[in-house]
Amino acid sequence: MGFFDRFKPRTNEPSPEEKEKLEEGLEKTRTSFFGKLDRMVRGKDEVDDLVLDQLEEVLVTSDVGVKTTLDIIDRVEARVARDQFVSTKELNQLIREEITHLMLDEVPEMPADFEADLPHTPHVVMVVGVNGVGKTTSIGKIAYRYKQAGRSVLLGAGDTFRAAAIEQLEIWANRADVDLIKQSHGSDPAAVAFDTLAAAKSREAEVVLIDTAGRLHTRRGLMDELSKVKRVMSKQIPDAPHEVLLVLDASTGQNAIRQAEVFTEAVDVTGLVLTKLDGTAKGGIVIGVSNEFKVPVKYIGVGEGIDDLQIFDRRAFVEALFGDQF
Amino acid sequence: MFESLSDKIEGAIKNVTGQGRINELNIAATMREIRRALLDADVNYQVARDFTDQVKEKATGDEVLNSVTPGQQLVKIVHDELTELLGGEHVGINEPDYPPTVILVAGLQGSGKTTFCAKLARHFRRQGRAPLLAAADVYRPAAVNQLQKLASEIDVPVYARMENGEPLQDAVRVAKEAVEEARTKARDVVIIDTAGRMHVDERMMQEVTDIRDTVEPHEILFVVDSMTGQDAVNTAKEFNEQLNFDGVVLTKLDGDTRGGAALSIRSVVNKPIKFASTGETLDALTEFYPERMSQRILGMGDIVTFVEKAQEEFDEKKAEKLRQKMQSDDFNFEDFYQQLQRIKKMGSMKDLLGMIPGIGKKVRNLDVDDDAFKHIEAMILSMTIEERLNPSVIDGSRRRRIAKGSGARVRDVNQLLKQFKEMKKMMKSMSKLMGKGRKMDIQQMLNNMDVGKMGGSAKPPF
Repeated sequence: MGFFDRFKPRTNEPSPEEKEKLEEGLEKTRTSFFGKLDRMVRGKDEVDDLVLDQLEEVLVTSDVGVKTTLDIIDRVEARVARDQFVSTKELNQLIREEITHLMLDEVPEMPADFEADLPHTPHVVMVVGVNGVGKTTSIGKIAYRYKQAGRSVLLGAGDTFRAAAIEQLEIWANRADVDLIKQSHGSDPAAVAFDTLAAAKSREAEVVLIDTAGRLHTRRGLMDELSKVKRVMSKQIPDAPHEVLLVLDASTGQNAIRQAEVFTEAVDVTGLVLTKLDGTAKGGIVIGVSNEFKVPVKYIGVGEGIDDLQIFDRRAFVEALFGDQF
Repeated sequence: MFESLSDKIEGAIKNVTGQGRINELNIAATMREIRRALLDADVNYQVARDFTDQVKEKATGDEVLNSVTPGQQLVKIVHDELTELLGGEHVGINEPDYPPTVILVAGLQGSGKTTFCAKLARHFRRQGRAPLLAAADVYRPAAVNQLQKLASEIDVPVYARMENGEPLQDAVRVAKEAVEEARTKARDVVIIDTAGRMHVDERMMQEVTDIRDTVEPHEILFVVDSMTGQDAVNTAKEFNEQLNFDGVVLTKLDGDTRGGAALSIRSVVNKPIKFASTGETLDALTEFYPERMSQRILGMGDIVTFVEKAQEEFDEKKAEKLRQKMQSDDFNFEDFYQQLQRIKKMGSMKDLLGMIPGIGKKVRNLDVDDDAFKHIEAMILSMTIEERLNPSVIDGSRRRRIAKGSGARVRDVNQLLKQFKEMKKMMKSMSKLMGKGRKMDIQQMLNNMDVGKMGGSAKPPF
C-alpha cells in the first residue's frame, strides 16, 4: 500500500500535494453535485419550483440529510422571494453562502493544528466511534503528525475488546515511531487509560491519544463503559481528556447524526474526525452533522497511508467542494 | 426517536381524508412525505422516487380511495411494496455438487468483513461442516491476527502465509493456496476474507477480481454496513460490475439505523440480501428476512397501526373510560366482552395479530380462525355476572362449570383466565403510555408486553 513511501516533513500549511489530494477526494463529489447543479440551472435565469426540487435532489444525494436540505431550500426560497429574480450565477453563489454559513457560523473555530501551543501538558485526546469507522487508523495518523511536529506522543491501547486491535495499534505506533501503553486483550479499558495517563505524566509526554473499542451507540452498557473510561482519566489528570474525538465514516448516512448525539451525551464529544473521504460522492454528511449537531470537524481521512490525514479547514473544504464551478 | 414513517403516512393521509377524498393532487403531498421519510432512512434518492411512483399507482386505485381507513391501507401498501422490493424469500449460499464450497467475501473498509467471515464459519460449523478461513487481507495491520483470534474462538483453522512475521503481500496466492489446502485437508467450505477496498481504487479492485478469476468462487458476498447513506448505491453498483457478486450481507443491524441502504442496493443491483449481522459476538448472524427489514425502514413495530386501528374503533369517551379502567386495574370480563365486540369490527384476527411486532411472522403461516373469538365469548357468557366482574373468584369447580356451559375444556378456561391476567398487565402498561399522548415508546411497550411469550402460543393471545 506504500505506507512507507510517503514519509516526508510536514509544514503547517497544507502542501500543494495535500490540497491536490483533498481536491482529488472531492472530485467525484463535485462532478456529481455541481455537475448536476450546473445542468439544472444552465439556461435558466430564474429559480422555479422545479429547480428547487432538483436542488433538493442534489443535496439529498450528497447525504446532507432531509432536514438540512429543507433548511437550505427554505433559505434559498426566502432569498428568491425577496429578490424576485435569481440568476444561475447568483444561485450558485447563494447556495455556496448558505452551505458555508451552515458550516462556519454555527461552529466555533477550534484549531486542530499539530504545532499549536497546547494549553495542557500532556494534552489528552480520547478517540471514540462506532465499529469500523477508522478510529485506530486515525490515531496512527494523528500520532504520526504530532510526532512530525516534534511532539512526544504516547498511545493508549484502550480497545481491549476487538480481536487484534492492540496489535493493529502497535503496528501504527511503530510506523509513527511513538510509544504505546497496552494491557492484555480483554482487560479493563479504563485501567489502560489510567495507566497510560500515569505513564504520560512520568514520561512527560506532550500528547496522549487513547483508543477505545468501537461500539454501536445503541448499546447502553458499552456507552456507560465509555463514560467510565473518560471519568477515570480525570482521576489521573483533573481535566483530562482535553479533547474527545468522535470518528465518523463519511459514507455513513443519516445515522451519523444520531451517533454524534449519543456519543456526546456519553462523553461530551468536542470534535469530529471524518474518515474515508477518498471514496465517491459524499461529504454532505459534514454539513448535516455540523448543522444539526454543533460539533466542529477537526480532521479528515483521505486514504490509507500514514499521512492521509488533514486538518479540516472549512473554508478550504467549501472551496474544494465548489472547485472552479463558481 | 425518529418519527416513524408509518406515523408520517397516517398523518399525511389524515389531511387528505379531511378533504373528503383522495385525488391525484393531494396524494402527491403524501407521496412527498413518504419520499422524505424514506430518504431519512437513507434510501437512495432515485430508488425512493421510483418507489413512491409505484406506491402512488397502487394507492390511487379504488381499493384505497374507497377504503374506510385509507391511511392504514396506504401504510400497508408501502409495507407490502417494501417487502416485495427487498425480495420475498430467503436465499441461501450457492453450493457446488462437489466440495469445497468456495466463498469470497468483499467490501469497503470497516464494513465488518472479518467478523462476518468468522460468523459465517461458525454458521457452517454448527451445521456439521468443516470450514476453512483464508486470510487474504494482507494489508490492514493485524487483520490476519484478528481473523486467527476469531477463528480460534470457534475452533476453525485459518490459512495464512507469513514471511518474517509479516503477511505475504500476495492475496491471490493466499486465496489459491487456501482452496488447495481445503482439498488436501478435506475442508468442505473455504471462506476467503479480503482486504477492505474503495470501489474507486482500481488497483485494489483488480486484485479482488484476480482472486475471483483464480479461485472461481461459488458464492461472492458483498458486505455492506447498514448505516451507509446515499453512497451505498455507487459502491454496490461498482462492486457488482467488477465482481458480479451473488449476495449481500448487511452488517451492524443491531444499531438504530433504518438501513434504507438495503433497499437501495437490492433495487439497484437486484441481488438478494442473504445475511444480516447483528452484533459483535460470533453467534450474531441471522438469515435475512425482507419483512423485518421493511418494518424497520418504515420505523415501526406495526403496533402503531394496531393501536391506531383500535383508536379509530373506540370513540374518545369510551376510550377514556377504558383507559381509566385499565389503569385502575378493575378491567373485567364484562369490559372485555364489550371490547371483543368492537375488535370484531376492526378486521380479521389474523391481520390484527400480524400487526404486533414479533407475532406477525408467526401468524403468517398459521391459520387463525376468525371465529376464534366465539369460544372466548361462549366462555365469558357462561360466567355469572359476579365471575365476570371479579374473575379472582373463579375456582376449580366454577371452571368446570364454565367449561361445561361453553362446550370448552377446562384447560381452555384455564388458559383464558391466565391470558386475561397477562393481557390486563399489558393493557395497564399500554394505557400508561397512551396516557402520555401519541408519542409512544414502542420499545418499552414491547418489553412490557413480552411479545415473545405471547407469540409462542398457537392460540390468539386472548
